[in-house]
Amino acid sequence: MSRPTSPRWAVSDTLVMAQRDLLAIVRTPVTFVFLLVQPIMFVLLFRYVFGGSISVKGPYVNYLIPGILVQTTIFGAIGTAIGLAEDLQRGLIERFKALPMARMAVLAGRTVSDLVRNVVVLIVISLVGFSVGFRPHGSPLHYVAACLLMLFFAYCISWGFAFVGLVAPNSETAQAMTFPIIFPITFASAIFVQIQKMPSWLQPFARNQPVTQAALAVRGLMNGTPIGGAAWLSILWAIGLVVVLAPLATRAYRRVD
Amino acid sequence: MNDFAVETLDIVRTFKDGDVRALDGVTLRVPRGEVFGLLGPNGSGKTTMIRILSTILTPSSGSATVNGIDVELDPQRVRQSIGLAGQFATVDENLTGFENLRMVGRLNHLEKALASSRSRELLGEFGLADAANRSAKTYSGGMRRRLDLAAALVADPPILFLDEPTTGLDPQSRQDLWAIIEGLTQRGVTVLLTTQYLEEADRLARQLVVLDHGHIIAEGTSQELKARLGTTVLELRLTSTQDAAAARELLASLSATFSNIEGTVLELTVNDGPAVAAEALRRLDGASLEVAGLALREPSLDDVFLSLTGHRAEAGSAAEPARRSRSQKEPA
Repeated sequence: MSRPTSPRWAVSDTLVMAQRDLLAIVRTPVTFVFLLVQPIMFVLLFRYVFGGSISVKGPYVNYLIPGILVQTTIFGAIGTAIGLAEDLQRGLIERFKALPMARMAVLAGRTVSDLVRNVVVLIVISLVGFSVGFRPHGSPLHYVAACLLMLFFAYCISWGFAFVGLVAPNSETAQAMTFPIIFPITFASAIFVQIQKMPSWLQPFARNQPVTQAALAVRGLMNGTPIGGAAWLSILWAIGLVVVLAPLATRAYRRVD
Repeated sequence: MNDFAVETLDIVRTFKDGDVRALDGVTLRVPRGEVFGLLGPNGSGKTTMIRILSTILTPSSGSATVNGIDVELDPQRVRQSIGLAGQFATVDENLTGFENLRMVGRLNHLEKALASSRSRELLGEFGLADAANRSAKTYSGGMRRRLDLAAALVADPPILFLDEPTTGLDPQSRQDLWAIIEGLTQRGVTVLLTTQYLEEADRLARQLVVLDHGHIIAEGTSQELKARLGTTVLELRLTSTQDAAAARELLASLSATFSNIEGTVLELTVNDGPAVAAEALRRLDGASLEVAGLALREPSLDDVFLSLTGHRAEAGSAAEPARRSRSQKEPA
């Protein structure tokens, strides 16, 4: 038998854990359906209720849908926090800790399964977008590149939410704890509206925070407009975040008892 | 490799920055191939000990080896030697019984085919074959415990930790689980079992340690302990406290220990219940003391505690913090 900590087992353990989380989604499809309801509501709300009052260059729907896609993939990380908090609450983490599995597999498996879930979400919300009039002018290849960028970005952020799930006393609180983080970074950004129209005190934050860079890059790629350095900046942001957040989450995992 | 499956030396574990001493110098030697019982009420430190031995917690001081391996120096190899089944039956409710076992098998690094075949085998053995493909959410309490126990056995570990395996179960499920645990030693598995029930410890464990507030207050084989504690409790109810005091005088020379005197009630722990009861009645009758009630019963954990420590077992005492009170910080 090879050493339990060898890289081969780390990969295998992560896949077993990810498969477990995905099975849970398949078993309770209702949860997944409701997960999709929220972004669909956002699409409808901003397309048909607020959209008329928001003026951007070109049709708002082409501005909106790339933004909503970014928002939705980031919102997916709330699931990472809730899932880990639930495992902790039910005593499953206790069982995992007494198994000779790779220590990081519990967290890595959860973030990987949330990544897979985000792939499905991206496809569904893209289709919803197309059906409400989203007509991106970029090439299909650019569309795929934009999706990969979003998935990578959201994956890196989910490590921060893994940390939240591990320090929260229960899953309800874990969910509540994600809101003060996720609302500012998604709404005070270039996801729904142009930053120039925000109050001047808010603009520096909104302009320079990572979600704005991701939104600008995704929107530019999908619509075939110039993106400047946004793509590279958002990738750098994502790498920077995961370098800080993954060790933080791993440390929190080691400390829970 | 030494002769003991589990050996601990002077284990201390504190919580809340040292304010609570859940374990206060516990030394254990668990021989291989036996069922060994840790008996004690809530808060006595049983679960803390199991969590240290299964590498979930580290001791504040002292040392422990499991299967000859130091729990702090090489926790991964300890984890390869143990199975853990807990009182909270930690099965994944979203998975089926089979998927639960296969997952634990895979995380124990069994090859896919072996993990699956072991899972089927254990489901059959524990009477869960019909429920194998049902979500664990639909399982009864007893089925969950059996699934939890099966998960602990998937990788065929030589040592098994069972933390209060039957707490909260109905009598029939308890009997079923006892039969399974008894069968385990026939495979050569060492079982370290915690329990609050004297009856359970007596039935399953050859050797016992009684814990109270993190200390060992008694140890020995269950026969030795029972001989010390008596096998029956004789309860006598008199009509007044004066009568009770007089009765106590009268019965002092009987081969019994007074385990409790409360108001008008006397409790005696005795080895030969009926004979002592008859003699007690004769003496009380001779002194014209009226007996309002008489009962003979099996000693409970409470009786054990009274005779060992002079105080009642305090259920839910603060010595062992709630399992997931996550404000406390484990020393890094």
